[in-house]
Amino acid sequence: MMMISMEALVATGIGFVIACGIYLLLRGRTFPVVLGLTMLGYGVNVFIFTMGRLWTGAPPILTAGPDVADPLPQALVLTAIVIGFATTGFVIELALRSSHDNDSDQVDARHDQPSAQIAQVAPSSSSSNPPR
Amino acid sequence: MSFADHLPVLAVLLPGFTAILLLLLGDGEARRVWTRRIALASVLLGAVFAYRLIEHAATGELSVYRLGEWPAPFGIVLVVDRLSALMLALTSAIAVPVLLYATGGWDTHGRYFHALFQFQLMGLNGAFLTGDLFNLFVFFEVLLIASYVLMTHGLGRERLRFGTQYVVLNLAASALFLIGIALVYGMTGTLNLADLALRVPMVQAPDAALLQVGGLLLLVVFCFKAALVPLSMWLPGTYAAASAPVAALFAIMTKVGVYAIWRIHGMIFGAEAGVSAFTAQPFLLPIALITSVVGVLGALAAHSLPRLIAWLTVASVGTICAAIGLFSVDAWSAAMYYLVNSTLVIAGLFLLSELVSTQRGAMGDRLEPCSPVAQPVLLGLMLLLAAASNAGLPPMPGFIGKLMLLQAANDHPWAVAVWAVVLVVGFFTLVGLARAGSILFWSVRPDMPAGSRSGSSPALLLATVSLLFMSVLLSVLAAPVQRYTAAAALQMTDRDAYARAVLGEQGGPAADTTRPYRIPQDPNAGATR
Repeated sequence: MMMISMEALVATGIGFVIACGIYLLLRGRTFPVVLGLTMLGYGVNVFIFTMGRLWTGAPPILTAGPDVADPLPQALVLTAIVIGFATTGFVIELALRSSHDNDSDQVDARHDQPSAQIAQVAPSSSSSNPPR
Repeated sequence: MSFADHLPVLAVLLPGFTAILLLLLGDGEARRVWTRRIALASVLLGAVFAYRLIEHAATGELSVYRLGEWPAPFGIVLVVDRLSALMLALTSAIAVPVLLYATGGWDTHGRYFHALFQFQLMGLNGAFLTGDLFNLFVFFEVLLIASYVLMTHGLGRERLRFGTQYVVLNLAASALFLIGIALVYGMTGTLNLADLALRVPMVQAPDAALLQVGGLLLLVVFCFKAALVPLSMWLPGTYAAASAPVAALFAIMTKVGVYAIWRIHGMIFGAEAGVSAFTAQPFLLPIALITSVVGVLGALAAHSLPRLIAWLTVASVGTICAAIGLFSVDAWSAAMYYLVNSTLVIAGLFLLSELVSTQRGAMGDRLEPCSPVAQPVLLGLMLLLAAASNAGLPPMPGFIGKLMLLQAANDHPWAVAVWAVVLVVGFFTLVGLARAGSILFWSVRPDMPAGSRSGSSPALLLATVSLLFMSVLLSVLAAPVQRYTAAAALQMTDRDAYARAVLGEQGGPAADTTRPYRIPQDPNAGATR
């Protein structure tokens, strides 16, 4: 029976998750885009993890034995997870606010149907409200 | 350790703690006077720290701050060399006037402006001082998260629209950043910049190919942050939509990308990097030259003043990166000089654009004939000064910077391209700003109601003038500044001195035996089943 190495399995998995992430990222609506960013984040986190190499039965501290697993990527992944979590929360909130104010769920705030009238009634000129 | 030894970490902690204090203090109307005072006092103190650091860095000695006294490749370090100190001083030089401007009214348009401003400064200072690639990522995120909120400060449709795109694009770039970091770590087993400077030359083929892929992924990310073509499309809309003081502060944010390119691709993947030497060279110079041209074309086509300035930001980043892409000490010195000047001028221009547009009444910042401004002489002279400096007319510092760059490019194979692009871009910058200036100040329509000067209090004018004044000062003090940038550029090429200062006796090859992960001699040594 042919054995698939763990490296090949993990690499394929990361590739698949990242491919899904990129596909979703290229969608126009904010919700799939946020999902895509999350998927991308998962793929990247596992990728960082594997950069310490995949070991079985190796302790993560220095011992006399020849094999030691690298604990540093795990620390890096923790930091990346925390930052990714915070930014995902923020982008969801921002997308909600934007879809409320701009009346559109698209990332570029375009309207889905040809309802150009709405855009004409209220031209966006909020960029220059003066101080005070 | 004396107080001065702690300065590197204080430069990062001061804005951090100020931000926390401001958050605790709340954001009410009653406490506004105090939040403003604390924020201003903090940036002024930060400027003093930056001055002390640049004073020490000018002696040529690297100050290394080891957090928790852990030896270098294992613990986290902050490193102050001449370039870091220069960037730190530039950040302070922008932050003080911009904050003064923001206290003139913009900080009341949303919540927690001052706290976010301080967090942004913390991220900027940290990114310039850190001696660790992963910490560079963390500080990038700190400054980006603050910038996401600052960008949408004041809300409104335009800001939310461009804000969403800005956040999504930056999150995607952060993912790429992490992949790049992971690849570099996987191939070298370290993220400490000084350690990387020693280890990158040691990596041989075939591992070097993956290492270079990691390096080039980082280049993509930094090019995105610095807004080089084709990754610059986010910048004009974002900067034009942001409020004036935020856009002025963002002028330094693109320079973080430039700094990172310098540090990673100029130094670590630069000369003497063995197989991976000059990884970025085939890409950086052409991309930068194209960026310059695209930036100035965008400036010519801009229909509003903030957009024009945002496109000029892109053009100036292109010029700076072209100088970095020449990979010579003289060109790097020119790049530093030009970077300082263009950042100051562009920040000043963003503030000026709002002063002009509030005095113009109906048309605001649109480049169409309108009623005359209330203070045509003062504002017109300021725009003239900034335009001359940005386009590179003598005796303004923009001219000196470009002259240094042209001289440095003389012996380079791409000399003709560099000369042509820099000169043509300078000319069209002048055309673009002259067009804007003549529409704003001369092409007036007397039938429309005259503008009021309500938008320009003395504090707002002082903030804008001081940014432009610093640019003039850069011309007056050209000789000492040039000596400093020349020494800074030379310091950037000396990777051994950097590694020695940071790693000391314990680091480098000596640390190899205590490291859990070693560079594998055999390509399959990392595999297990």
